[in-house]
Amino acid sequence: MTIRRVLIANRGEIAARIIRTCRDLGIEAVLAASDADLDSAPARLADRVVRIGGPRSLDSYLNVDAVVSAASEAKADAIHPGYGFLSENAALARAARARGLIFIGPTEANLEAVGDKLRAREHALAAGLPLAPGGSIATSEDAAALADRIGWPVLVKAVGGGGGKGLKRVDDPAKLAATVELATAEAGAAFGDARVYLECFVASGRHVEVQVLGDGDDVIHLGDRDCSVQRRYQKLVEEAPAPDLPDRLRADMRAAAVRFARHLRYVGAGTVEFLYDREREAFYFLEMNARIQVEHPVTEAVTGVDLVAEQIAIAEGRKLRLAQADVRIAGHAIECRLNAEDWLRDFAPSPGAVAFARFPAEPGVRVDTHIEPGASVPPFYDSLLAKIIVHGETRADALDRCRRAMALCAVTGVATNRDMHLALLADPVFAEGGVDTAFFARFLGARAGGAA
Amino acid sequence: MTTLTHEDVEEIVRILDTSPYAELTLKTDTFELSLRRGEGGWTQERKTLARAQVVGAAASAKGEAETRPGAAEPEEDGVVAVRAPMVGTFYRAPKPGAPPFVEVGATVGEHDVVGIIETMKLMNSIPAGAAGVVTQICVADGELVPAGATLMRLRQAAP
Repeated sequence: MTIRRVLIANRGEIAARIIRTCRDLGIEAVLAASDADLDSAPARLADRVVRIGGPRSLDSYLNVDAVVSAASEAKADAIHPGYGFLSENAALARAARARGLIFIGPTEANLEAVGDKLRAREHALAAGLPLAPGGSIATSEDAAALADRIGWPVLVKAVGGGGGKGLKRVDDPAKLAATVELATAEAGAAFGDARVYLECFVASGRHVEVQVLGDGDDVIHLGDRDCSVQRRYQKLVEEAPAPDLPDRLRADMRAAAVRFARHLRYVGAGTVEFLYDREREAFYFLEMNARIQVEHPVTEAVTGVDLVAEQIAIAEGRKLRLAQADVRIAGHAIECRLNAEDWLRDFAPSPGAVAFARFPAEPGVRVDTHIEPGASVPPFYDSLLAKIIVHGETRADALDRCRRAMALCAVTGVATNRDMHLALLADPVFAEGGVDTAFFARFLGARAGGAA
Repeated sequence: MTTLTHEDVEEIVRILDTSPYAELTLKTDTFELSLRRGEGGWTQERKTLARAQVVGAAASAKGEAETRPGAAEPEEDGVVAVRAPMVGTFYRAPKPGAPPFVEVGATVGEHDVVGIIETMKLMNSIPAGAAGVVTQICVADGELVPAGATLMRLRQAAP
């Protein structure tokens, strides 16, 4: 079925980005917007806007009924959920199907298979992927025996957690039982799912992920990304390809991601996340994200593939339009997330009104944003203002271009983390490439120490 | 309807690069774009002009924040206000359905958490800030508050 009109159930830069591809494809874009976003740039870019509720996410972007009703009312053929909000919600996929609408995303079975972390681990095991040593635990005796087997320290993780939530590190065996008990209680309260599991703690790990596309039968990968520059599990800078990975390991990781998606008979765009253990030179499956990701533009930059266009083609029921041999990775891309956060005040969020906004317009630089002079940055949603994506022939070229591009950004009226990016891009350790997930905390600590 | 992609901007910049001009302003029915050559390179400022048709909405969406001025009346002796350190959604309980952190009449210590303000997906615990007894709760659960708003009042414990 050909999609002629899409309801975009999202906001901010990703809504603007999806509208752009709809335009390219001659598809009408209808934006589902909360009251806080009715006058946003995406609302002005869209062909039509449907109000879906109050400013709070629960009243609008997280309301399955409101989204599906808006799609029906607008006579849309399909719903694009973007990222976050309901993007990986099987209930939305089901409700859309019940109304004869296409959900631009994976199947309900795919979403259920990877939404539950323990089930995803089981699928990974069945597909022959390496897993971080660990597993499910029923009692505290189980936990103690398992921890002794996998080695200390260990992580207690909530099955329903993610993004750093529901994660506890235990160094002292005497504290394991109490931590498991607390984690179980907290997980039940926070995620409505009290199950926890154990995983070994990797001292120096990098977050490397592989982009895949599947049509239910065939799966291809579009190379890897490195997202190790994180603060409290929030990614700040991403690059493609992942720098400084042994060739064999990179090839194995990409093959593992394809194997996993094939095993699930995966449909759509997805990302398989791995933890790369620098000391052991090994990698472990972490989870799969069944959506378009914030950092997808770095993959688009090095492959030349429009991932949203491929998502739409797959949702129309078509077979993959690219064979693995068609995917060529050229050069190096870096993305900086410009957030409305005051990095000098412990990254305090800074909602408000944008007074002035200027972005780079240089060759090899792409800016995905919804921010213009006068734009409002509501307190209800995340703090992402813009993504500055640069592409160079080599990583060094990309870094140079990135420094210039970030220096040309200027947003006033709200605090931003632009200067944090400039400091990071000037850091010799980051410039060398291949930093681990603990790097950013060390970088901040060293700066705080230097300033004192 | 025409929109502008980053490829379009790049192409315009490429053309401008070979020209003697340092500034270009382009205005169409749907957008306005200014390109400027500065010391560090080319920059863009743009404004989307197209106004899509809004369905099912009161067109204006004023923030509730504007209707609620920050309470600033002088406090009587021994009464202190617990104020919102930032704009955001105020919650009285740690999670939906849970009992509130405090009710009127509760005795609190300086560091006891009395509420949460959610701003941009971050949950910020609000400490009482002073030891005492809660005399008034000024904001309903789930209400949007501006920075500086009085959330509740405490009668300070005798030192």
